[in-house]
Amino acid sequence: MDHLDQLEAQSIYILREAFARLKKIALLWSLGKDSNVMIWLARKAFFGRVPFPAMHVDTGKKFPEMYQFRDHYGKEWELDLRVEPCPPIDAVDPTLPPAARSAARKTEGLKLALAKYGFDGLIAGIRRDEEATRAKERVFSPRGLEGNWDVRDQPPEFWDHFNASPPQGAHLRIHPILHWTEADIWAYTKRENIPIIPLYLAKDGKRYRSLGDQDITNPVNSTASNIDEILAELEQTKVPERAGRALDHETEDAFERLRVAGYL
Amino acid sequence: MNMIAPSASPAAPDDTHAMPNGTTRPQVRIVIVGHVDHGKSTLVGRLLHETGSLPDGKLEMLKAVSARRGMPFEWSFLLDALQTERDQGITIDTTQIRFRTNSRDIVLIDAPGHAEFLRNMITGASQADGAVLIIDALEGVRDQTRRHGYLLHLLGVKQVAIVVNKMDRVDFSADRFKAISDEISAHLNGLGVTPTAIIPISARDGDGVAAHTDRIGWYKGPTVVEALDRLEPARPLEALALRLPVQAIYKFDDRRIVAGRIESGSLVAGDEIVIMPAGKIAKIKTVESWPVTPVAGRQGAGRSVGITLDRELFLERGDIVAHAGSAPRETRRLRARIFWLHDKPLARGDQLLVRCGPKESRATVVAIEKAVDPGELSSVENKAIGRNHVGEIDISLSTSIATDPYTDNPRTGRLVIEVSGRIAGGGLVLSVDAGQRAVPVDIVPVESALRPDERSARYRHNGAVVWLTGLPASGKSTLAKALERRLFTNGGSPILLDGDTVRAGLNSDLGFSAADRSENIRRLAEVATHLARNGHIAIVAAVSPAREDRAAARRIADIAFREIHVATPAGVCEERDPKGHYKKARAGALASFTGIGNDYEAPQAAELVIDTSKRTVAEAADEIEQMLKTTGVLFDDVGDLAANI
Repeated sequence: MDHLDQLEAQSIYILREAFARLKKIALLWSLGKDSNVMIWLARKAFFGRVPFPAMHVDTGKKFPEMYQFRDHYGKEWELDLRVEPCPPIDAVDPTLPPAARSAARKTEGLKLALAKYGFDGLIAGIRRDEEATRAKERVFSPRGLEGNWDVRDQPPEFWDHFNASPPQGAHLRIHPILHWTEADIWAYTKRENIPIIPLYLAKDGKRYRSLGDQDITNPVNSTASNIDEILAELEQTKVPERAGRALDHETEDAFERLRVAGYL
Repeated sequence: MNMIAPSASPAAPDDTHAMPNGTTRPQVRIVIVGHVDHGKSTLVGRLLHETGSLPDGKLEMLKAVSARRGMPFEWSFLLDALQTERDQGITIDTTQIRFRTNSRDIVLIDAPGHAEFLRNMITGASQADGAVLIIDALEGVRDQTRRHGYLLHLLGVKQVAIVVNKMDRVDFSADRFKAISDEISAHLNGLGVTPTAIIPISARDGDGVAAHTDRIGWYKGPTVVEALDRLEPARPLEALALRLPVQAIYKFDDRRIVAGRIESGSLVAGDEIVIMPAGKIAKIKTVESWPVTPVAGRQGAGRSVGITLDRELFLERGDIVAHAGSAPRETRRLRARIFWLHDKPLARGDQLLVRCGPKESRATVVAIEKAVDPGELSSVENKAIGRNHVGEIDISLSTSIATDPYTDNPRTGRLVIEVSGRIAGGGLVLSVDAGQRAVPVDIVPVESALRPDERSARYRHNGAVVWLTGLPASGKSTLAKALERRLFTNGGSPILLDGDTVRAGLNSDLGFSAADRSENIRRLAEVATHLARNGHIAIVAAVSPAREDRAAARRIADIAFREIHVATPAGVCEERDPKGHYKKARAGALASFTGIGNDYEAPQAAELVIDTSKRTVAEAADEIEQMLKTTGVLFDDVGDLAANI
């Protein structure tokens, strides 16, 4: 088994545990490179078809290429696609800095969707190497009744035994690719020939490393026009992956506050 | 049985992380542990800096964050990402960060040293291939140093490098270094762990981290980076006997796929296997996959796979697929060495939930053989295992499980303990009290001479398990007998399995504890399912109060299961009381009686609900008959029969 085989086997194990131990789960499909890998892994885990809904919590501000991608592959991959809207910006904590406040709409949209369907587990494609508070996450991460993350009291988790009994009315976040890196995602995308949104590839000296809302996501300087070139670029770069995501950089704890409130 | 030998050989090419630039480096996961404030997070920060692994702007950000708090430059802010961690200057939860040395891709796991957060240390350390145990040169070995050392051993982390930090605080004294080296070596040797290196450093200033400096000129051993380079990645356990714990059985299409991860050994289509703990045997028909299926070739440890079998067997989550001749042991009793994380000490008689891989079982602590605080020097024996302490316990399980002692198989020979749905402890299986079961390879199931359609053509129905559940005196037996008569009159083959009747014979060894009730239901379900597979309609009338037990029965009978909730109001049942049980129970003369407490868990999705206080027996039998027709058990007319042949 090579490194990618090991990552894949571990993710499949986690997805199967989530499906076996929870009653009603959904996979959060943000349309980005990570959640596309996650859908691919779910198809591997369940032999072709994802046996639970794929939910896109839509801020309405994504790039047109992302919507085209969603509509095309939602059909081709036979996903049980649920597109859920987010509330207007006025409904969001006004003390957050502007970009974080904008991103927090997604948290509110997520809460509405949870209330609507009664999911007890949401599968999310976050990775430890993306950001420092995500590095502290559990694979099965309990959320409070308000969807909040209690970072001071995370349960123990070891030997691939997961805490899978959320209290009545609360839910779990399940993170099957927590242990992957950005380079792993690209190497696997290439090996498995998983489709990607072309915004990740350089055009006129710029490309997106991470995709979010149009108004709070910026491209980085790059000449990488295919996955091999992206991998070569990642070998050299010292720029963090989420450098183009405005919400991460507004204040020291902006991202933590978002996550504690239930952001991914 | 094979023993595990830690591998000292250089990594084989297939274990390596193929890098895009064409070079290969093994990936090693290393946890940094030790007493609070001995400098774990600082060492991590220094390592990242020395190996050029910090992203642009990070150093400046740390300077700003430190200045904002009016503190000197603080490396630990790099990993202490949470606001409360920075404000209080302690690590609360474990985190991971990556960097590279010349020959390794390293995932560094930072773990909190504060006793309050031991559960987080365990979460971090359990993922590691090797560990760095850090000790403050001034303070020396402390309780958390010893506790972490002990837990590394329990978690199976065998490669441990010792770092004696803050040498600047003891004027880089070689004597002080030697005293600490001797003390910690003695402690670890007592646990069967030999340190791979003992290194004097100053994490804050950088001495001994990536380079030797004049201040520690008397030290000739490896630097921290060199010591990390010598740690080896964990290897999949391919050389051991096959263990494939079943995570789930999938029937998404016409395939019946048994899914799980191979924890040790390997398998290939055509292998003769045995399914434990039941001891059923079969052959692997195919290894399924996606997008290409089936796959040829041997699948080894670490792979998540799906297999199909050459015959229809009842399997469930938690069973273990093994090779005939090297199966794990089946047991309801085992001894384990555990660490305990729950606030309430673990005591004799405590009821628990134990998980061995995907298998779960309720359990009772039969004895506490040892209970100590691994942080203390003198091990004071206690009667109960306190929070953050360790011990050895005997457990009795309510269901049979298949497991191995951890010395035979470190993957299947470990367990976790849950209390109220949260992981409260974990440990290693020391020994297994094997049951008196026949050797599995001697059991060869014999198939019936008749085909199912031959029987259904005669009886005009398919096999089924009709399960009547409800309070005592709700009318289950009366209804069961009426249904039996009616099916028989119509030419069918009904067979009544009344709970009380079966208890008088087959189940006469069982009482009314939760564990015995589960076993009672399991046996009823097994017998009923056997009848259903042979074309009969087994009518089971049993209180079966536990939802979990009925769910187990449904899993056993699978698609043949039809649940009927006889939902006669409790008041009416008590008034009827034909056997006088309610009266006795009210008088306190009948322990464990279901009915007058709240211990009956009503079904949530029964195929049919009948209130016998509102209809006659004949009307109720009509309703059951109708349900059996609409759910495909009874054939409505000749057309249906034709469709079933």
